[in-house]
Amino acid sequence: MNPALWAAKTGLDAQQTRLAVTSNNLANVSTSGFKKGRAVFEDLLYQNVRQVGGSTSQDTEAPSGVHLGTGVRVVATEKLYTQGGLSQTDNALDVAVEGRGFFQIQLPDGTNAYTRDGSFQLSAQGQLVTSSGYTVNPGITIPEGSQSVTIGRDGVVSVRLAGQGTPVQVGQLQLTDFINPAGLQPLGENLLAETVASGPAQTGTPGQNGLGLTTQGSVEGSNVNVVEELVNMIETQRAYEMNSKAISTADQMLEYVNNQL
Amino acid sequence: MDRMLYVAMTGAKETMRAQTVNNHNLANVSTTGFRADLAAFQSRAVDGSGYASRVYATNGTVGFDKNSGAMLSTGRDLDVAVNGDGWIAVQGPDGKEAYTRAGDLKVDPTGQLMTATGQPVLSDGGAPINIPPYTSIFFARDGSISVVAQGQTPDTTATVGRIKLVNPPDGQIERGDDGLFRMKDGSTAASDATVKLDSGVLESSNVNTAEAMVHMIELARQFEMQVKAIRTAEENGSAASQLLRI
Repeated sequence: MNPALWAAKTGLDAQQTRLAVTSNNLANVSTSGFKKGRAVFEDLLYQNVRQVGGSTSQDTEAPSGVHLGTGVRVVATEKLYTQGGLSQTDNALDVAVEGRGFFQIQLPDGTNAYTRDGSFQLSAQGQLVTSSGYTVNPGITIPEGSQSVTIGRDGVVSVRLAGQGTPVQVGQLQLTDFINPAGLQPLGENLLAETVASGPAQTGTPGQNGLGLTTQGSVEGSNVNVVEELVNMIETQRAYEMNSKAISTADQMLEYVNNQL
Repeated sequence: MDRMLYVAMTGAKETMRAQTVNNHNLANVSTTGFRADLAAFQSRAVDGSGYASRVYATNGTVGFDKNSGAMLSTGRDLDVAVNGDGWIAVQGPDGKEAYTRAGDLKVDPTGQLMTATGQPVLSDGGAPINIPPYTSIFFARDGSISVVAQGQTPDTTATVGRIKLVNPPDGQIERGDDGLFRMKDGSTAASDATVKLDSGVLESSNVNTAEAMVHMIELARQFEMQVKAIRTAEENGSAASQLLRI
C-alpha cells in the first residue's frame, strides 16, 4: 500500500535473517570443523519515479530525478572458510586439516559429501567412520588386534599389530578441494555437498597441489569468533529496532490522516 | 479552498516519498558498501490567474552520500574495501562497466572473480579477471592480485591481474535502478592509481542511523502539519457552507 512501509519491512526481514545466521554461528561455537556463515545484503531495485534530465520546458531539463529505493534483500548466506583453531585431544583417530581441503565421506546412498570434521571413530567392522557412522572414502580398515594407529602428515595410516615390531600401512587419507568452497551446500551433520557453484571436486594426497596437511591427535575447532558474533547481534538488534520504528512512524502518519480527515 | 487543499496535499504526498527514501536507507544499514540516498525538496511555483500564492513541493533524489562507511575487519582474504574515495569496476548485468563499493568477492567455479551479487570484477584492461586454482591469494594496495597457485611453494607468487579502481570527479557518477553506479554520460571512467584498496576488511553501509532516525521524526511531524492544513481547508469549506445555509 505504502512504499515507506514496505521498504522498512524488507529491513526487518533482512535483520531477521542476519540474526538467524548469527544464532546458528553462536550455537555451533563448539562444533568441530564448523565454518561460520555470513548474510550478504543487496539494495533492492530503485523505482524511477521521475527521470533525471527529463525536459521541464523546451530548453530546460530537470537537474534531479526521483529514485525511490524499495529496501534490501538477502542475496546469500555464505560460509567463511578460514582456518579454525586446532585443539589437541591426543585421541589417535582425531585428525585435523591444516590448510585447504576436506575429507571425503561416503553417504549411505553412495554419494559423496565433504567435511572438515576429522573426529573419526571405528565401526564394528573396524572401518574409519564419522561420528554419524558414515565411512571415509577411500575406506580405511583398521585390522583387529592393532596396538596403535599412526596417521602421518601426508594422511598415511599405519598400525602396529600385536607381536610385530614394524608398523603396517593400511591406507592413506585423501583430501578434496574445490575452487569455490563457499559454493558448497551445507547438509547438516558437519557435511557439505558439491554443487555447480563449488566447481568439481579435486581429490589428492595431503600436502600436495596446495592441499593442507593432516594432524593426528587434534580436532579443528569452529572458526566462530564469539565476540564478533555478539557485536553482530547487538548491531542486528538495533537495526531491527530502527526499522520497526520506521514502520510504526509510517503507520502513525497514515493513522493521523485517517483520524484528521 | 480547493487550491489550498491541493498545495497541502502535494506537501503531504512528497513528505511520504521522502519518508520512503529514508526508510530505504534504514533498511540498508547492514548492506556492504551501501551509499545513502539523499532526497531534497524543491519548490515549484504555479503560474496562473489570481494571487500568486501557490507553490507546490516536489521531492527529488539529489544523489548519494559519498562519505565512507566504517571498515569492518573480517579476516577473509577475498574481502576488500576501497580506502577513501574511489570505486571498484565491475561488469553490470547489461555487459557494460559499472561501479560498486561492495568488496565481498568470491571466485566462481570457472575461476572468475565476482562480487557477492554476481557481477564479474573488471581488470585494468576492462576484462573479467580469471583466478587460477590457488593456495593463497593477496590483494595489494593498488588492486594487484597475486596468488600462490596450487602445487607451488609460497615463494613463487604469480600476479594474475589488477582490479580496475576508478575515482571520477563528484557529480559525474550516479546510481542506476539496479543499485550499481555508472557514469552519467554513459562513458567509462579511467583507472586511477591513487585509489587504495584494503584487504581483509569490508566497508559497512554509510547510513548515519542517528541522523536517519531524527530525519524520520522530522518528516513525520512535517507530514502532520500538511494534514492539519488539509483539515483546516476542509473546516474552512464546511464553515462556508454553514454560512450559506442560514
